[in-house]
Amino acid sequence: MKKSLARRIGLPPVLRNASLLIGAALTLTIVGLAVFAPLVATHDLTQMDMTNRFSGPSAAHLLGTDNFGRDLWSRLVYGARISLSISLIAVTASALIGTVVGLVAGYFGGWVDMVLMRITDIFLGFPPLVLVLAIVAVMGPGLFNVALSLVVVSWTEYARVVRSTTLSLRERNYVQAAQALGASSPRILFREILPNSLGPITVLASLGLGTAIIWESALSFLGFGLPPPAPTWGWSLSYGTRFIRDEPWMSIISGAAIMVTVLGFNLLGDGLRDVLDPRRLTRGKG
Amino acid sequence: MAAYIIRRLLLFVPMALGIVTVTFGLLLLIPGDPAAVLLGQEATPEGIASLRRALGLDDPWYLRLGGYIANLLQGDMGRSIFQNAPVSEIILGRLGATVELAVVALLMSVALGVFLGVVAAIRQGGVIDAAAMLFAQLGISMPVYWLALLLMLAFAVQLGWLPAIGRGEPLVEAFGLALIGNPAPLWESLTHIALPALSLALNSAAVISRLVRTSMLEVLNEDFIRTARAKGIRSRAVVWKHGLRNALLPVLSVIGLRFGALLGGAILTETIFAWPGLGQLTISAISQRDLPLIQGIVLTFAMIYALITLTVDLLYAAVDPRIRLK
Repeated sequence: MKKSLARRIGLPPVLRNASLLIGAALTLTIVGLAVFAPLVATHDLTQMDMTNRFSGPSAAHLLGTDNFGRDLWSRLVYGARISLSISLIAVTASALIGTVVGLVAGYFGGWVDMVLMRITDIFLGFPPLVLVLAIVAVMGPGLFNVALSLVVVSWTEYARVVRSTTLSLRERNYVQAAQALGASSPRILFREILPNSLGPITVLASLGLGTAIIWESALSFLGFGLPPPAPTWGWSLSYGTRFIRDEPWMSIISGAAIMVTVLGFNLLGDGLRDVLDPRRLTRGKG
Repeated sequence: MAAYIIRRLLLFVPMALGIVTVTFGLLLLIPGDPAAVLLGQEATPEGIASLRRALGLDDPWYLRLGGYIANLLQGDMGRSIFQNAPVSEIILGRLGATVELAVVALLMSVALGVFLGVVAAIRQGGVIDAAAMLFAQLGISMPVYWLALLLMLAFAVQLGWLPAIGRGEPLVEAFGLALIGNPAPLWESLTHIALPALSLALNSAAVISRLVRTSMLEVLNEDFIRTARAKGIRSRAVVWKHGLRNALLPVLSVIGLRFGALLGGAILTETIFAWPGLGQLTISAISQRDLPLIQGIVLTFAMIYALITLTVDLLYAAVDPRIRLK
């Protein structure tokens, strides 16, 4: 085929090159808004204005107001803080646990690998949202419990990917050279193998942040996330449905915030995959 | 083939045991005394003691796990605390609605995903390709509960074409009625399932379309496709018959995984569309902290998922000799 490799696989060129750029721009903007929330928020979160409920976007209220006349822009900006911090905690912990499990399983092989991978399979055997809900149901809502439930369903992916990269890296010359020189197993794992697995881990983490945000919002949507007055996106979306026939704006804009953020992380992840992980690219994973 | 089937079936046993153990372990996550938590604020010490005995909480955990497994083997999942009925009965009463929703959503997502993926692959690099993949990216990023609301707003509230909530007759029964000359219930069922199934399906359709596209692009560059074209077979036949058949192999294994996502997503869709299935039951069980019921539901979801993965693996081996000979 005359077409170049880059054209044959992955997204079409227009989108693929744009993926990383748009993703990075979206993510940076949203993270920036969350970090500087006190500066960008235009109103006090709890400031109610019952004469001005469900107003559309205006100069006074950038994105309009909710059922209590509270400023939606300010609430969404603060909501970003909640979603992003829970997701970041969950993804970091998942990546750490999964990476260690994957490294150990892939490097030592044998029964260690067998046992660790069977455990991983068991956790993969639950539909994720079901397990997340059950854990939060049992332990109760709250930042830590929500993050923990996300970790329980997310670490498996890192374990599987890191294991397979470790399996192939283990056979490389430089690793075998280090072994021959008498380097200890932890040294080989963390100094030789881990640095070369960072590409796929970064890609997974970026995509994982998007997934974590969707699940965290789903929990808030169902009423099992952080309780009010925390301005979670899921709560605004869900509470807005009570007025959906006449005033759908509150739900629509809260959901849009979730989607744009998730879209940002997904585009970033896809873009990173093209840049960091050419091997996957040649196998043409969607 | 027989050896592969036996090996795969044997692997299912520790898997099922593991799932049961994790489900059982959920009870250990409760902060404090489960009996006190379950009984709430008006609990008396006697009440707590008797519930502890009833739940077997005074026994060591391995005895309790053993008892739990022994009961499960006899089809006993315990009794619901709030509905005062066997958990298995409650779940069986709801299972049909959820399976119906998930199966219809799966069919929709496969049809839509395969179509989009193939079209994008044929028109690779063009406008249609870009549009299809943009659609896929949006579909993947869109939370199912938001999509459900938008669809409900558009088709039920604004246009009034479809009912916003509820379920008609079970589809299978409605089909039966339609066959003997009474099509009204079938129409009723189809209009009710359209929105929940579509909102549930779109995310999976997006994932499948991306996979089909890459898989199709790979296959279309293979020698046997060139041979087929060289033989003068019509382009459409080459793509849909020779190409798609081979491109679908990797997709098959993903479809099993998607079914798990669909079951989970059903919890959200059912809540929004008041679909009387396991998802709705899950939410009410969780709100009431009805532990035996929660455990039963989690176990049911996981077992359906595991059985589907098993079936897909066996199907895969049947279609692709490379798997079973490995």
